[in-house]
Amino acid sequence: MSSTSTETTVSGGDIGQRRRVRGYGRLISVPASLLALVVLWAVFSLWVPPDLLPPPGKVFALGVREWNSGALLFHVEATMGRVAAAFVVAMTIGAAIGIALGLSKTADRAFDPWLIVALNVPALVTIVLCYLWFGLNEVAAVAAVAINKIPNVAVTLREGARALDRGLAEMAAVYRFGRLKTLRHVILPQLAPFLAAAARSGIALIWKIVLVVELLGRSNGVGFQISLYFQLFDIARIFVYAIAFILVMQTVELAILQPWERRASRWRTI
Amino acid sequence: MLQVRIDAKNFGDAAILRDVSLALAPGSFTVLTGRSGCGKTTLLRILAGLDRDWRGTISGEARIGYVFQDPRLLPWRSVLDNVRLAADESVTPPKMSLDAIAMVGLEASVSAYPGALSMGMARRVAIARAIAVGPQVLIMDEPFVSLDEGTAGQLRALTLRLWQKHRWTVLMVTHNLSEAAQMADRVVVLGGRPARIAGEIALERPREKRDAPWLEQTAARLRGIVECEP
Repeated sequence: MSSTSTETTVSGGDIGQRRRVRGYGRLISVPASLLALVVLWAVFSLWVPPDLLPPPGKVFALGVREWNSGALLFHVEATMGRVAAAFVVAMTIGAAIGIALGLSKTADRAFDPWLIVALNVPALVTIVLCYLWFGLNEVAAVAAVAINKIPNVAVTLREGARALDRGLAEMAAVYRFGRLKTLRHVILPQLAPFLAAAARSGIALIWKIVLVVELLGRSNGVGFQISLYFQLFDIARIFVYAIAFILVMQTVELAILQPWERRASRWRTI
Repeated sequence: MLQVRIDAKNFGDAAILRDVSLALAPGSFTVLTGRSGCGKTTLLRILAGLDRDWRGTISGEARIGYVFQDPRLLPWRSVLDNVRLAADESVTPPKMSLDAIAMVGLEASVSAYPGALSMGMARRVAIARAIAVGPQVLIMDEPFVSLDEGTAGQLRALTLRLWQKHRWTVLMVTHNLSEAAQMADRVVVLGGRPARIAGEIALERPREKRDAPWLEQTAARLRGIVECEP
């Protein structure tokens, strides 16, 4: 049967091209903007005593020295390990709780107040309590960070589970997809944007809390180093560790999270 | 022969269906019609196993292809994947998915995503998905609603052609009484509250010999049954 004039396939080419042009624009604007920030920092450092605001050149040289001594890598690795462990624990438990609350109104009514309480517990309280309950060890450190993040993941995934399309679930039931096939092809693609949002905001929150956890109760990691150089009033080294860690986390965001999110939502632009 | 007998179907306190009995002879084309909200879609859902909260019996087992009112395609999967995922390829050969897409005239769009399809094309994919499972019974819930008349007419002709070739047992719901008269071997009218079978008429084939006045008369007869319900 021939197609009528009302049956046309829309080309995604134009949209793709516009996105690529915008992508190339960002390739120039982002480094230019960051360079401007470094220039501004250099200009300010001319007026402020170097003890309070070391110039970028000095911080860079110190960074190279810390790298060559192996200290920078060692502490960044320790922190990254905690970030990764806390991220996996928070995403797994938070997603499970969120999906359960999104699918069951009874469970949501029963546990929503708990979630609100959990969202409002200050990070510092959780950290201190975990150290007091579990001791000054890795389990307590990772648990403290994960507990801080779990309520946020749960709230995001609850919205995702509430938005699941019943029509598609029925289609999967009629065509006997089974549990695994339904999960993989029907449910997870619908939850992907919510998982991506939870993952991105999760990483941003987790790495900040990990530094506080390290500052309060660990003997290595970027947070520990920052606390050490705080006591020594060594602002240049505080800059080195802070900037190094920001760079690492931005690389994770740009190299892993953003491409994954783009891949998961590719069908929207086709 | 697939046979359903519904003693009672309620939604909360509201009685929807009472003592409805429907038998689908192999290869027949049955159209189910009646006023909005009388329980036609509910009956289809019961037959397809989507609604289990009712009293009665179903006898006979059948592989079912279901064309929903809205196409219900997975937007993140291509046309081919949408069809292939529904067709259990351990039962039906992989080629059947491609064949089904060809049958509805969408060979050129196998790798398109649903977001790039017109409503008429999406409906065709939904029909292809239903026939790719190698159905014994094809259930269609207002499959041509909200299409322009030209596209709806094309899809009606396509459905009839495919049915004449493959002789699936078809149960289709529609409000369009001319459509019912044009397509069905038998039209069953649901009516009343709770709904029962208010009447049914058998229609002869071949329909091609029938003219426009015959279609109008038949539609008027059906309208009489639908509108005289209490």
